[in-house]
Amino acid sequence: MEVYLDNSATTRCFDEVAALMTQIMCEDYGNPSSLHRKGVQAEKYIRYAKDVIARNLKVNEKEIYFTSGGTESDNLALRGCAYANCRSGRHLITTQIEHPAVLQTMRHLEEEGFRVTYLPVDEKGCIRLEDLQRAITGETILVSIMHTNNEVGSLQPVAEAGALIKRMNPHILFHVDAVQGYGKFRIYPKKMKIDLLSVSGHKIHGPKGSGFLYVDEKVKIKPILFGGGQQGGVRSGTENVPAIAGLGKAVELVYSNLDQDMAQMYRLKKAFVEGVRKIPDAVLNGHPDETGAPHVVSVSVKGVRSEVLLHALEDKEIYVSAGSACSARKPQPSATLRAMGIDQELLGSTIRFSFSVFTTMEEINYTLQTMYDIIPMLRKYK
Amino acid sequence: MFRAFLIKYAEIGVKGKNKYLFEEALAQQIKYALKRCEGEFKITRTDGRIYVHALSEFDYDETVDNLKTVFGISGICPVVYIEDEGYEKLAAALVAYVDKVYEDKNITFKVHARRARKNYPMNSMELNRELGGAILDAFPQMRVDVHHPEVMLHVEIREKIYLYSMEIPGPGGMPVGSNGKAMLLLSGGIDSPVAGYMIAKRGVKIDAVYFHAPPYTSDRAKQKVVDLAKLVSRYAGPVYLHVINFTDIQLYIYEKCPHEEFTIIMRRYMMKIAELIAKQNDCLGLITGESIGQVASQTVQSLAVTNEVCSLPVFRPLIGFDKMEIVEVSEKIGTYETSILPYEDCCTIFVAKHPVTKPNLNVIKRHEQNLEEKIEELVQKALDTDELIVAKWT
Repeated sequence: MEVYLDNSATTRCFDEVAALMTQIMCEDYGNPSSLHRKGVQAEKYIRYAKDVIARNLKVNEKEIYFTSGGTESDNLALRGCAYANCRSGRHLITTQIEHPAVLQTMRHLEEEGFRVTYLPVDEKGCIRLEDLQRAITGETILVSIMHTNNEVGSLQPVAEAGALIKRMNPHILFHVDAVQGYGKFRIYPKKMKIDLLSVSGHKIHGPKGSGFLYVDEKVKIKPILFGGGQQGGVRSGTENVPAIAGLGKAVELVYSNLDQDMAQMYRLKKAFVEGVRKIPDAVLNGHPDETGAPHVVSVSVKGVRSEVLLHALEDKEIYVSAGSACSARKPQPSATLRAMGIDQELLGSTIRFSFSVFTTMEEINYTLQTMYDIIPMLRKYK
Repeated sequence: MFRAFLIKYAEIGVKGKNKYLFEEALAQQIKYALKRCEGEFKITRTDGRIYVHALSEFDYDETVDNLKTVFGISGICPVVYIEDEGYEKLAAALVAYVDKVYEDKNITFKVHARRARKNYPMNSMELNRELGGAILDAFPQMRVDVHHPEVMLHVEIREKIYLYSMEIPGPGGMPVGSNGKAMLLLSGGIDSPVAGYMIAKRGVKIDAVYFHAPPYTSDRAKQKVVDLAKLVSRYAGPVYLHVINFTDIQLYIYEKCPHEEFTIIMRRYMMKIAELIAKQNDCLGLITGESIGQVASQTVQSLAVTNEVCSLPVFRPLIGFDKMEIVEVSEKIGTYETSILPYEDCCTIFVAKHPVTKPNLNVIKRHEQNLEEKIEELVQKALDTDELIVAKWT
């Protein structure tokens, strides 16, 4: 049985998404900027996708900008806003557990003369609002906090943070990287005081190379790519029509049955977590219950290197992720796990299981049984 | 303007009666290298010389780069041909050649004419003198130096007339295939691809063996070794890579033998298995990337203990190299970038904190007796997993 439990890395495309994209690539392949009928037809797909997304977020259509994915959305949000607003101040705030797309962009901005504060997290992987409050200064122009952590699935207090930030200074911009949270939760930027929201298509059964950035219409932002002036000049480049249409379709499908789907995912998570608890010396990281994301379970299996467990599971056709890419030659323990203060010994033994709407209870049981079978053997040789 | 290359070879020129074998091997390797170049080529061997003729348009830089990977070539001379239309035309062509190739005319030169076709109306001495004069007339800054000229202008009278004066250095060595075949123990590291390159340079054809240890080593680690074999094959010709599943043997050694001796005993079994595969495939020796003292398993004592299991000669071309010297070669041949990708290989797992550095053969042999019950069966099983991958540079 093939069991794909690496849905935080990427997901299988919905069939309808793939079919729609094929049709657009082979038949309705016009350039949306063209003046003729083919162009108009292509533009319709973009409008439709934008409409779906805008309604889903309860925002205005013109506040949606399509990008190549999460990394570009994060780059555009952070660099675009930092440069556009640097006259009001040069201080930025983020967390220690962000995705590299945010962390590395922040590092780049530091080189460009911005000052960045990285908020610590508690042992479960959540920031504390007191820390955020203390970090905000008169110089602060932007705060960036992820919605759902990609490694342990911890949920950040995004709505509370938004309220706090705006209470302290309504001019500070609030960016949320929702690459892992979108498609699992209902996110309403206006209510949550979010000014910018990054989303990736391939994490929600859409195509790779698709994504969007929501930008509140009041936000000043500068482009990071220059060219033909598409999408109001904020994001030049011929729109990737098949990917945009695929993304729209994926959003439609993922939210069509969200409550039941999430309830089912939490049932899977509960069963899996209970099963993992039976493995001696296996530690569950983050929130292994309904206070964490429904689709991510992070487990440290004492005495087994994560890469070895990963390949042993792969041998049984179970595909997971190593919580931290760690090898004897080049140890790179993950920033998230370190920030959570995970035991040094467990850092290199952490595996991430992540589910999707395609995951079944049968697959969960097969995975647990396989772990019971192989872990004692792997522990014998370390 | 260049239409051909004269290929110069050093060592194979002096091989007596076997010379034709070496030349054939060289021509074969040149053919292999030119296959990846744009254009059509013909290789001719006349009067103890090898020429590569371009039969169509070709990319000069690409062709030279690929010829530079052929062991046995000491120099590559780009050649201009002209039709024999009398002495005046020849003199004009030579002057034009000099003008084009040497922008700075402040140089010393000598003309060296040779007649393969003896019915040419002038003899070599006359040609040297007259052509030299023609060049001096055209470029008064140039001077003749018959003893140590900076530029030697070669004029060869054949069916057509060949002009050449530049020699691009080749890699040297001997053509692959002229010196038998040996089995390279290829890990994912920096050293073993360099060792393979160096032995191939002496004309030895290379087969390789890689010990794969799933789940402790990943498919990416295996792909990395295949990639390294491909990089080596750029110089060594197609490499037949044997992938052996070694996990069970490693686990058995780990279980039965003292942990500090794990690596040395594992190395002994790797050599044993490599030798068995070598013999099955007509290899006459083994090649490793060992260098004295680099790690615990490469002290002189450890090398002696490892060596003891083999009857074939073990070639260790890097034995006296420092790490920096090895890195330098790996950068030159383009394997370094791939070698340093951070995947676990079979030599880095289960390593003891303090492995023995001065193993005693008798002690090691005594501990190997712990393996007696199952090891032969496991070795046979490992041999049965042999997966053959042909690594070819394209």
